[in-house]
Parts: sequence; C-alpha cells; structure tokens
Amino acid sequence: MARLRWRERIIEGVIYACGVSSIGIVMLIFLFLVKEGLALFQTVPIGDFLLGDRWYPISEPPRFGILPLLLGSLWVTVGAVALSVPVGIASALFISEIATGWMREALKTGTELLAVIPSVVLGFIGVTMVAPYIQRTFHLSTGLTALTGAFVLALMAMPTIVSITEDALAAVPRGYREAALALGATRWQMMWRVLLPAARSGILAATMLGIGRVIGETMAVMMVTGNAAVIPQTLLRPVRTMTATIAAEMGETVRGSEHYFALFAIGVVLFALSFVINMLADLFLHRERA
Amino acid sequence: MAVAPWRRALRMQRVALTLLGLATLCVVIPVVVVIGDIILRGAGALSWAFVSTMPSHGMRAGGIFPAIVGTLELVGLTTLFALPMGVLAAIYLSEYAAERWLTRLVRLAIVNLAGVPSVVYGLFGLGLFVMFCRFGTSLLSGALTLAIMILPVIITASEEALRSVPNSFREVSLSLGASRWQTIRHAVLPCAIPGIMTGTILGVSRAAGETAPILFTVAAFSLPKLPESLFDQAMVLPYHLYVISTQIPNIPATQRYGTALVLLLLVLSMNGLAVIIRTRFRRKRQW
Repeated sequence: MARLRWRERIIEGVIYACGVSSIGIVMLIFLFLVKEGLALFQTVPIGDFLLGDRWYPISEPPRFGILPLLLGSLWVTVGAVALSVPVGIASALFISEIATGWMREALKTGTELLAVIPSVVLGFIGVTMVAPYIQRTFHLSTGLTALTGAFVLALMAMPTIVSITEDALAAVPRGYREAALALGATRWQMMWRVLLPAARSGILAATMLGIGRVIGETMAVMMVTGNAAVIPQTLLRPVRTMTATIAAEMGETVRGSEHYFALFAIGVVLFALSFVINMLADLFLHRERA
Repeated sequence: MAVAPWRRALRMQRVALTLLGLATLCVVIPVVVVIGDIILRGAGALSWAFVSTMPSHGMRAGGIFPAIVGTLELVGLTTLFALPMGVLAAIYLSEYAAERWLTRLVRLAIVNLAGVPSVVYGLFGLGLFVMFCRFGTSLLSGALTLAIMILPVIITASEEALRSVPNSFREVSLSLGASRWQTIRHAVLPCAIPGIMTGTILGVSRAAGETAPILFTVAAFSLPKLPESLFDQAMVLPYHLYVISTQIPNIPATQRYGTALVLLLLVLSMNGLAVIIRTRFRRKRQW
C-alpha cells in the first residue's frame, strides 16, 4: 500500500511538471532568443538595428538595419489582411447564416482543407501559378512581389479568420436574430446591424490571429516575395520579410558571428510581436465570454 | 413614386447575399485549384520507382525515397516526444489544476506557444538543441523542436477529450475506493483516447508539413545515404520540395509536382485518418 502511494506521488509529480512546463518552454524560448540576440548590441547600437535602413549583413563593414525587413513584413501583412479579413468575414457569414445542409459541410471542409496544405506547397503553387499571373497582368520583370506574397498569405490566413469568426457568430444568442427579424429587418439588415456588432470582439480576435499567422509565415513568403532587402516603394516590387531573412540567411552564417546574433535579434522582434498579437487576441476572446 | 423602403431593403439584401456567396467562392475555389493542380500534374510522376529510389543527377531525376524515410522518422520521433508530455500536461489541466493564477499562466503560455512563428521555433531549436545541448544538426534536434511546436495542439485537444468524459465516471471510480491516479488511468483516460489520438494526428500532420523549424535543426540539402542514428541529418519532404522548386534550376516539373503530391497525400491522409477516428468514436459513444 505504501509503495503504491509512493508510485502515485511520483506519477503526480510528473503530471504536475508537464502541466507547468509550458510556462518553462515560453521562458526558455525567450531566454535563448534574447541571449543570442542581445549579443549583437555589444557591437551594433540598438537604434541602428531598429531604425537603420540598410540590411547588408555580409558587406564590409556590415550593416544591420532591419527597417527594410520590418517594412517588408508590414507591406505583405497589410496587403494580406486587406484581402483576407473582409473576404474571410463575408464567407464566415455565408457559411454560418446562409448555407445549409451538404453545401455548408462542403464549404466548411473546403476552408479546413486550406489549413492542412503545408506552407511550402502553397509557396510552390505561388511560384508556379500566382507569380507568372501577376507578372503578366502588371507587365513586370518579375512576378515575385509583395503583392504575390499578400495573395498567398491571404489564403493562408483565411482558415483562421473564417473559423474564429464562425465561432463568434455562433455565440450570438438566437434571440438577437429572432428579435431583429420580428421587427421586420431583412436577413441582411439583421446580419449587418445585429450579428456583426454583437460578434465584434470575436471578429477582432479572428483578425488579430490572422495577422499573427501572416507575420509569422515563413516558407511561402520566402518563395514568392523575391527577397530583395530594400525598402519597398510599391506592392509590385520584391520585398523581404523578417521571417524570410532568418530562414534564408541562417544557413550561411558563422555560428557566433555578428550576422548570427543579428538574425536572433530579428527573432526577438518577431517573438515580441507575436506575443503582443496573441495577448490582444486572447483579451478580445475573453471579453466576449464575459 | 419613390420605391418603397422595404423593396429597397430587399434589393440591398440580394446584392449583399450575392457578394457573401462570391466571397465564399474566393476562399473555396483556390483550395480546389491548388489541390486539383497538384494531383493532376503530380499523378504522372508518381510511380513505385519515384517513392522507392534515391535521387540522381543532382536531384533532377530519380526518386525521393530518402526524403520520405526522413519525414517518417522525424514525424515518428516527434510523436514520441510530444505525445506523453502533451497528454500529461492535459491531465494536469483537466484533472488536477484548480482555476488559479498558476493555471491561468499555464493557459496563457499555451496560447502564446501556439502563436510563436515557426521560424522562431527553428531559431530556438538551433540555440538550445543544436548548439547548447550539442546534439548538432540531427534528427534528435529536429524532432525535439517540432515536438515543442505541436505541444499546444496536443494539449488543447487532449484536454478537451478528457473534459468530455462525464464526471460520473470519476465519481463511481472514486467511490469504489480507487485513488485519484487509478481513476484517471482506468476510468477517464481510456474514454479520452480517441479524442487524444485525433488531436495528436492533427498536430503531427502539421509537423510533417512544416519547413521553417527544421531548416537549421535537421534538414539536409542532399545526402548519399539514409540517416543511421538519432544524431544524423536527414532529408525531409517539405525541405526537399523547397530545394527543388527554388534552389536548383532546370528541374523537370514532374519532379516538383510529384514531390508536392507525395507531401500533400501524406498530410491529407493523416487528416483523413483523424476525421475517421473522430466520427467512428462519436457514433460508438455510449454516454
């Protein structure tokens, strides 16, 4: 009996350790990123890193200004969000309020399938189908542009936006719908004036999580945006995002070099951004529940 | 005479609903096009030789056997690391944790882990497993990195599965004199297994398709032989697709589409399996 007790103590100890391990992992990730990232600032002032407009990591002397990369991420993200948020919310409305029966199931499965396709496969399709199309349409020298990235990323953010918006719409009490319709509103008026405002914070959360997905996306964006680390003038120019920079350059750096530390410093920026975005999304989700 | 307001509202509604329908098509049609395109153009490349032989002529010909083996090994190892830890963490959250600040912190951490960009996991794996632990660029480093990445998926799905087990199961077991752990082990966990399996497969299928976290932790451009130990590098499907579609010029399109198709089939079949387990379990469920 006593031995049984002990065994159980040990098992419960392990369960407890695994339970709180997530906190430890988040702290470890932060610690390792910061440990390697901060090393950069012994030689490069933090202002030059954040606000420098030149990213020439292998020239002599090297320049580690991430402004072009930040703006690259920003342009692609803004483009993708502008495309995916309205379309995503509209299709969530359609799927949850208008479609019925097999059509609804088919549309739901379709959006879920989109989340399943690996990002490298979408990047591949971006290179083989979207980029040539954009090149032809706008008569460009290359189809690998910020706009191409925005298209592909809009597609990748869609499942997140649609499914969370659907959840938010489903959480609006039936009575709201019935009351609006009973007052003589059309179904569209009911959706526009009642449903969307009632589901507001859930939709905001969906948008935030969509943004988080877009900012963090790496492979597809690296394959389709052309990877030019210059401050972009229009959406039809090649850009390079922060994620793509890490993925493309880490393989060539010397471990422990300035360049290596600089890529970790970009990682810190990305981690901080995703942290803020997730916190905001979580806040919106909880506000809705309360 | 002015148009009656209700007529205008109806016309407005017709326009708006049409737009909603069009928006939905904008989401669904690309899915069909992407999957259809890869299946149609990849099917020609698919053959027994393609999946069972080594690449040749600088990956311009031959098969993708080592990339398939590497992916399967990596995914198997990832499951081995992530599953026990994820399930135990879920047991803690659903069976032990009271709603207090520590639990809230754990949940916040899980939400955050789920949102960390995949390439940042790659950096973390490089810093911790490859460099600090000195595992080198290896299957072990890659699997540990991916395991941490899919942990939130497994924890969330497993917790949901555990919570869906009715409380009366626990009460009966406890009233018969079973201890807390015995109750979890024999009365709760068996009922939650299908849900846990579904969540795990979904998480693992995500790991199978990810490229960014394995770039600097395990992936090899090209290897003459299969990995022989945990400390060897490996070729993996997603990275292979990336390499042959952007890094090497003049690769025949069939090679690319064939590789994309194999990867897509792998991921889709895993998801299909998860859906089958879920529906069969729902039908069989007795409570």
